Amino acid sequence: MVRQIRKLLGRAWQLLRTLSGDDAYERYLGLYVRHGHAEPPLSREEFFRAWQEEKWNGVKRCC
Amino acid sequence: MNKTLSYLVWLSIALIGAGAVGGIALHRGESINALWFIAAAVCVFAIAYRFYAAWIAAKVLVVDPSRATPAERLDNGRDYVPTNKWVVFGHHFAAIAGPGPLVGPTLAAQFGYLPGTLWILVGAVLGGAVQDMVTLFLSTRRDGRSLGQMARDELGPIGGAAALIGTFTIMVILIAVLGLVVVNAMKHSPWATSTVAATIPIAMIVGLYMRHFRPGRVLEASVLGVILLLLSVFGGGWIDHHASLRVIFDHEGLTLAWWVIAYGFAAAILPVWLLLAPRDYLSTFMKLGTISLLALAIIFLQPEVKMPALTQFIDGTGPIFGGTLFPFVFITIACGAISGFHALIASGTSPKLLANEGDIRMIGYGAMLLESFVAIMAMIAATVLEPGIFFAINSPAGVVGKEAADAVATISAWGFPVTVEQMEILARDMGESTLFARTGGAPSLAVGMASIFGSAFGQSMLALWYHFAIMFEAIFILTTLDAGTRVGRFMLQDMLGNFWPKLGQTSWYPSVLLTSAIVVAGWGYFLYIGVIDPNGGVNILWPLFGISNQMLAAIALSVATGILIKSGRLRHAWVTAVPLAWLVLITTTAAWEKITSPDVRVGFIAAANDMADKLAAGLLSPEKAAVAPQLIFNQQLDAWLTLFFVAVLWIVILDMLRVSYRYLAGKPVLPSTEALHTTTQLDQAWVRD
Repeated sequence: MVRQIRKLLGRAWQLLRTLSGDDAYERYLGLYVRHGHAEPPLSREEFFRAWQEEKWNGVKRCC
Repeated sequence: MNKTLSYLVWLSIALIGAGAVGGIALHRGESINALWFIAAAVCVFAIAYRFYAAWIAAKVLVVDPSRATPAERLDNGRDYVPTNKWVVFGHHFAAIAGPGPLVGPTLAAQFGYLPGTLWILVGAVLGGAVQDMVTLFLSTRRDGRSLGQMARDELGPIGGAAALIGTFTIMVILIAVLGLVVVNAMKHSPWATSTVAATIPIAMIVGLYMRHFRPGRVLEASVLGVILLLLSVFGGGWIDHHASLRVIFDHEGLTLAWWVIAYGFAAAILPVWLLLAPRDYLSTFMKLGTISLLALAIIFLQPEVKMPALTQFIDGTGPIFGGTLFPFVFITIACGAISGFHALIASGTSPKLLANEGDIRMIGYGAMLLESFVAIMAMIAATVLEPGIFFAINSPAGVVGKEAADAVATISAWGFPVTVEQMEILARDMGESTLFARTGGAPSLAVGMASIFGSAFGQSMLALWYHFAIMFEAIFILTTLDAGTRVGRFMLQDMLGNFWPKLGQTSWYPSVLLTSAIVVAGWGYFLYIGVIDPNGGVNILWPLFGISNQMLAAIALSVATGILIKSGRLRHAWVTAVPLAWLVLITTTAAWEKITSPDVRVGFIAAANDMADKLAAGLLSPEKAAVAPQLIFNQQLDAWLTLFFVAVLWIVILDMLRVSYRYLAGKPVLPSTEALHTTTQLDQAWVRD
């Protein structure tokens, strides 16, 4: 029972992190490994800059 | 056994829903419990989602879960990324749900609670949610192309250009009216003004934190920001009680309008990470938190709705905005029932994240239903107020009189009793100097929310709740204002780039300055006029916004109907054609009335002529006479703008009918741009859960 609740809370926390983009860098690294690139991945700071620029280019918010 | 059980469950949901809708429609008593509204919405939406949306997905769109989506095929780790469906849902909902569904129902409550509520329920189920879902589907099948691109590819260059111009003008009107809502909420309110002003440095602190101090730690930074925002509400109260500090934040509407315009320009040219992005995090968290809190408060406290089902203002004499029930309730509530703007999101970010076509119903249809639910709650928050108080807050001084005694006399004579003392006590409770003529919907929504929260957490905190609600509305209105100005700038740079390529470079600073200034001047003009208008600007700007937003929805539904017919689905094309026909009817009727009506509170031309006559005859007070030439010019401009919207709408409709006719007559049409079928390779479990 306690384990199930902990698991549920863990998943909710994970969802919140993904929704807000808190784990964007970790996911980027994961994706990086899966895609198998030659050059080294971006640092957290570099990645975050690029990610934020990308996120705000275009119609992102509505009435 | 399971089948019988499910049958029984859905039958009882249908019965409860029918009972609740029938109850709120037929109820004619002193008051009605808000829980009826919640029950009606939940049951209607559940049935629509389970049956209508599922049928559209399966039979009309023929959604294919085995087909690879653009996110999978074009996965680049940046904009195309297969994403967990709950995350896509969250992003999609956060993007579509802005301040619109809070303001529209509040204004439409002048007709009584019933017309707006029914339109929100029916409009969302048959119109808005269908539009969002179908657009999301069409864009997903076309590599995530935008609405404008799809219009150009499938109908021709005319449709594409109309969608682009339509989007640009709607943006300008939208920002102006939202700016007006914020200005009216801050007018002569040091508490509200200082709290709203504090959100700017708070957003910057959060931006700097996420960028330099702890790069990418979004949640930490957001928690910090939310705490600072809550402190700013307390701080505003302290400033309000401080004799010398409060004068710094005590301003006329016009001064505040200039500040909002200056702010809009600064926000558009500052880097996104410093202001726009961090404030968006804060506004999203505030929005979700406050909306959930409001929903819980309504469910547990079950407040009584005191507004009658229908008021006498269905005849067009309403104080908040002029115009009869048909078509103006359908124009006033755009967001929450059907909003063309959503088509831009549904053909923007969301289709590029969608991991599986099977989730289109949940994201497209489901997110819109949730937004409608927000609109229902805004309707409840507006109608739990005593009607007399509701009208005293929302009626402009030009309609009910500048003096408190005149205003209460007029409003009481309408059959909605209210007294000066009542309004004074309310204003004192809310920590404001006055609540008369605080038009725009935000203050009355804030009073409604404060009284709901106040009955849960104690009356002593009413002023805090009121200013918390104002801050909550202002923070995401300002986010829309920044984001909208930026989008307008990108579109303008794109258009101007056709004439002089250098202007099209989004990184060339002179072009950024020039195009930002043009966009800000565009909405700034309408905001300025809205503020100096003694009838309170909302009367002009909100219908204009509604017409333009519904026009954009009609463009999206035209594109969808055209594609359905072209792809041999004429038999099912009514799914988008019926809401389209309804929108064409209401926007055209509303536009016709706004242009030709002899009623000066409805017709732009009539209002311009009336004021010109009064000016010539010397009947206007000196202060009104000073602004009269500008108001006359503006009314004429608005008439032309309305005509332009209707013309754009009809051009797209006729273009769609032309293409459909050619297809049905066996003549050549532009080929479908649907991407070829490839089978998904995604391991469903890791992205979809």
